[in-house]
Amino acid sequence: MRTGVFVCWCGLNIGGVVDVPRVVQEISGYPGVARAVDYRYMCSDPGQQLIKDTIREERLDSVVIAACSPGMHEATFQTVAESGGVNPYRCEIANIREQCSWPHQNEPGKATRKAVELIRAAVEKVRGDEALSALSIPVTRRALVIGAGIAGMQAALDIAEAGHEVVLVERLPHIGGHMAQLSETFPTLDCSQCILTPKTSEVGRHPRIRLVTNSEVESVSGYVGNFTVRIRRRATYVNWDLCTGCGLCTEKCPSKTPSAFERGLAKEPAVTIAFPQAVPHKPVIRAEACRHLTSGKCGVCEKACPVGAIDFEQQDLLLEEKVGAIVVATGYDLHPKAKVGEYGYGVYPDVIDGLEFERLNSASGPTQGEIRRPSDGKVPKEVVFIQCVGSRDQENGYPYCSKICCMYTAKHARLYKHKVPDGQPYVFYMDIRAGGKGYEEFVQEATDEGVLYLRGRVARVFQDGDRLVVFGVDTLSGKKVEIHADMVVLATAIVPASGAKELARTLKLATDRYGFFSEAHPKLRPVESLTRGIYIAGCAQAPKDIPDTVTQAGSAAAKVLALFSAERLSHSPTVAAVDEELCSGCGVCVEACAYDARTLDVRRRVAVVNDVLCEGCGTCAVACPNGATRQKNMARSQVLSMIDAVVG
Amino acid sequence: MVSSENRRKLLDISGEDVTSCYQCGKCSAGCAMAAMMDLLPHQVIRLVQLGQVEEALASRTIWLCASCLACSARCPRGVSLPNVMESLRVTLLRLGGRHLDPVRLPADVLENAPEQALVAGLRKYT
Amino acid sequence: MGYSYFPGCTLRAKARGFESSALASARVLGIHLEELANWQCCGATFPLQVDNSFPLVSPARTLASARRMGERLVTLCSACYNVLKRTNHVMRTDADRRDKVNAFIEEDYRGDLEVVHFLEVLRDDLGFDALARSVKVPLSGLAAAPYYGCLLLRPADELAFDDPEAPHILEDFLSALGCRVVDHPYKIECCGSYVALEPGELASGPSRMVVESARARGARVIVTSCPLCQYNLDVSQQGAHGRNGAGVPVIYFTQLLAIALGLPEDVLGFEGHVISPGPLLRSIGAMGSEATA
Ligand SMILES: Cc1cc2nc3c(=O)[nH]c(=O)nc-3n(C[C@H](O)[C@H](O)[C@H](O)COP(=O)(O)OP(=O)(O)OC[C@H]3O[C@@H](n4cnc5c(N)ncnc54)[C@H](O)[C@@H]3O)c2cc1C
Ligand code: SF4
Ligand code: SF4
Ligand code: SF4
Repeated sequence: MRTGVFVCWCGLNIGGVVDVPRVVQEISGYPGVARAVDYRYMCSDPGQQLIKDTIREERLDSVVIAACSPGMHEATFQTVAESGGVNPYRCEIANIREQCSWPHQNEPGKATRKAVELIRAAVEKVRGDEALSALSIPVTRRALVIGAGIAGMQAALDIAEAGHEVVLVERLPHIGGHMAQLSETFPTLDCSQCILTPKTSEVGRHPRIRLVTNSEVESVSGYVGNFTVRIRRRATYVNWDLCTGCGLCTEKCPSKTPSAFERGLAKEPAVTIAFPQAVPHKPVIRAEACRHLTSGKCGVCEKACPVGAIDFEQQDLLLEEKVGAIVVATGYDLHPKAKVGEYGYGVYPDVIDGLEFERLNSASGPTQGEIRRPSDGKVPKEVVFIQCVGSRDQENGYPYCSKICCMYTAKHARLYKHKVPDGQPYVFYMDIRAGGKGYEEFVQEATDEGVLYLRGRVARVFQDGDRLVVFGVDTLSGKKVEIHADMVVLATAIVPASGAKELARTLKLATDRYGFFSEAHPKLRPVESLTRGIYIAGCAQAPKDIPDTVTQAGSAAAKVLALFSAERLSHSPTVAAVDEELCSGCGVCVEACAYDARTLDVRRRVAVVNDVLCEGCGTCAVACPNGATRQKNMARSQVLSMIDAVVG
Repeated sequence: MVSSENRRKLLDISGEDVTSCYQCGKCSAGCAMAAMMDLLPHQVIRLVQLGQVEEALASRTIWLCASCLACSARCPRGVSLPNVMESLRVTLLRLGGRHLDPVRLPADVLENAPEQALVAGLRKYT
Repeated sequence: MGYSYFPGCTLRAKARGFESSALASARVLGIHLEELANWQCCGATFPLQVDNSFPLVSPARTLASARRMGERLVTLCSACYNVLKRTNHVMRTDADRRDKVNAFIEEDYRGDLEVVHFLEVLRDDLGFDALARSVKVPLSGLAAAPYYGCLLLRPADELAFDDPEAPHILEDFLSALGCRVVDHPYKIECCGSYVALEPGELASGPSRMVVESARARGARVIVTSCPLCQYNLDVSQQGAHGRNGAGVPVIYFTQLLAIALGLPEDVLGFEGHVISPGPLLRSIGAMGSEATA
């Protein structure tokens, strides 16, 4: 064996603690080491050249790079090794930064010794490494997008425009997400529907987008490039193939209950099209509200429909789709009512949340865009807006900042002032977070227009006659303040969409403790999940506004397109393998594998590894009672000699 | 003068390190006694954060705090303000001071106030 | 239904009516309250100093002796409830302070007792439906405002008595007696507590707000379970504030209970009120004209 050892200083990161020349000197004499050299930045171009030159000069057949975590540069050095003529799987990394110089900054002597030991172990490992070649897997160039808010629609459009088919699954009967509920949008105050409908109709008619609404993903199997997805389309009780969207049924339906789209501020019939611009423009029957479906009576809509599209017998439909990539864009919900007891949210009708305010201000909303309070329809003359409700409140809500409420509260206060010029808006805030193009200017205009900002939180809101009493504080003047208001608007925390955690389980994705999907790296891989082939976009990942959502959706689409740019993908060959002579077919490994990569061949009674599903984690190798499982390039003998190199 | 030493002394008594307070004022907004206080509760916490304990000790606020816990119940940062108020009172009382002289209580109070008021008051004020 | 029972000092002195009405009612309702053989003052206020466990000694001693009598200890007074339950919480969860206190009282008490308020007994063990069925003199239409104050509600995570922002146990209780419940926002605000001892009527400000909030909404009586609240709310109506019969009497929930159960007047024990409950109770036929109030 002729191994080259390349020790990196990483500037002072390693070199400031570990005595690098000494390490080189000690490792030079180690069995199998043909040459050891050091360099200031091994990942730099000259560093890489040094490796390639040394491989040639010393006719190396394997290399060990002693540097930072393999998570950072393993791929870099594998490529360098390969271009120098060494099999990339005979290139090993000894992590002497994260596992040595950083944690042992105060003990340079011991750190130096540990660096030598880590390198020796890597040399032992590389000694047993086989020359392998990457596996290759086919890619189905079709994408699934879950959630059709602005994030999901944008990602779907970008992928479809690039020439690939997209299956877009939306839980609600219509697409558009929360943007469809907004009235006007910061920082430009353009009408939300006006900028949204071009997108919804484009999605609705795009030849390469298969829209599946009123549906949810039930199961997902497979792996990057080759997912199989099962989707349940819930019964709508209306045959959409026949339905012309004329809406006669919705006019005739006698059973009216609160509308979720209007956030309970208006009622809608049991057979309903949630709003005029809805795409698809087809009604659904809400089973829980329908008299026919709950008690067998009524059936008025059936008689009203001129084309006989009402179908009370309709069943859920199970669809199966094959896709190569998945984008999760399930968006957000608002902090639930029951949890804001001190503000009487859910108890006093005139204490509302931000989305309810959007509906009050919306031309197609319950008040045709006039600001009238829910209890008695009066135009409120004094309105208190409270920010950070449930946000930045670890004790009674969530510790995080919801990011968008400072901006939309400024927007609400201004919109209110525009519609009720003699009204007085007050905003209780803790800090104004208005970083963004044109954002700070937008907030300053609010104060110019007469919005009064008070710096402090509110302790309590209660009803007194037909007004609401607000106990607040203004910490800038050091005064406790009491405001008697006609309406109170709460900027409640943004939380993940209901069901996000369940979906994460279905997709085997990680979320944070609140249920926001976790990105692979908070800075460098913000749209990738930890599972290859699955991407995240929009508020499903964290609270954000429309510009950020659209940006992230575009970048998720770009990742999908990169994946689809080749017909085949490569997959690491360092997977598990079965020695069929030793395997008894007991199936312990099948149970142990977290990636469903193992099956039992019943006929031959041996375990089989699906190479492309195998992540090389090694769980099966440990679980196998017969020693029949081998992890390629992590053989038992390799591990034992690594241990010997360290302790012996 | 800003002093972290003073803050730590109070911490020993109150068990409450006030550093997590982000001065939102929710405590003051809901304090039933605030109208009579010279410093609002969040201002007392701020002074303690800065270690400017003298000013907090001189305030009427610490004697007006009724230990009603309305503030700590709603504090987003879980600050036990009533403990801090008590630590300030106790700092003075342990120096041998006495905020209330029982013999000087008005006769009608002595006669009519429930035992609970007298015991609680003596505990807090002496 | 049997419990050990802790009266507390105030109920043996200024708030005798609270206890006599409660005990008489309990008897009628089949609730057996057995007074602790050895009890001492709970200290009236839970100590907020963590470097001094001495004030926990007396309530802990009471708890330890109650544990020997059974698993549940009932109190009437909100302050006793608060102090005993919070002390119990310390003994249950804070090993350090528990050891200190145990060493002092020479016990090995670990907080394995449940401290319950008499209202909870009525709600959870008897049941307000059953209570409603026991009512002999329905207080039909009596406009009664509940007043919780602080000690029953906070800290909510330790007391777990009711929703701290929107409690309803007193409302449910009053409804069971047939009262018309007057909801009012100050029912959870502090009355000023021991600040009553400060010179210059400082506590009367908050108390007046409470009374006013109930009175303005039509309450004819305010109902509490704390002697100090009772005192503060009542005294705040002294002089001008209680003039012209506009005063609202403040009474204990057990006194209303006894009236509704049709118990004799002598268990009510109204004494020393600024705003006498007499006229009101006579007007609803709950008391005869020769009343003591
Ligand atoms: C009161 C308020 C005002 C706002 N005003 C502005 C503004 O003026 N300007 C601005 O830039 N931003 C504003 N925003 C923010 C804006 O709403 C968001 O940035 C944007 O809607 C995020 O889009 P999204 O697609 O990520 O999520 P969403 O809009 O929430 O869309 C998610 C979609 O996924 C669907 N879904 C959820 N779960 C599933 C599932 N399991 N399966 C299938 N489908 C699912 C949902 O039904 C929904 O259609 C405001 C937000 C609020 C609360
Ligand atoms: S965005 Fe503003 S209002 Fe919303 S949580 Fe953050 S700071 Fe509070
Ligand atoms: S409520 Fe808590 S965080 Fe806010 S100012 Fe008061 S102590 Fe500080
Ligand atoms: S405990 Fe003291 S500071 Fe806190 S709200 Fe009550 S009276 Fe105010």
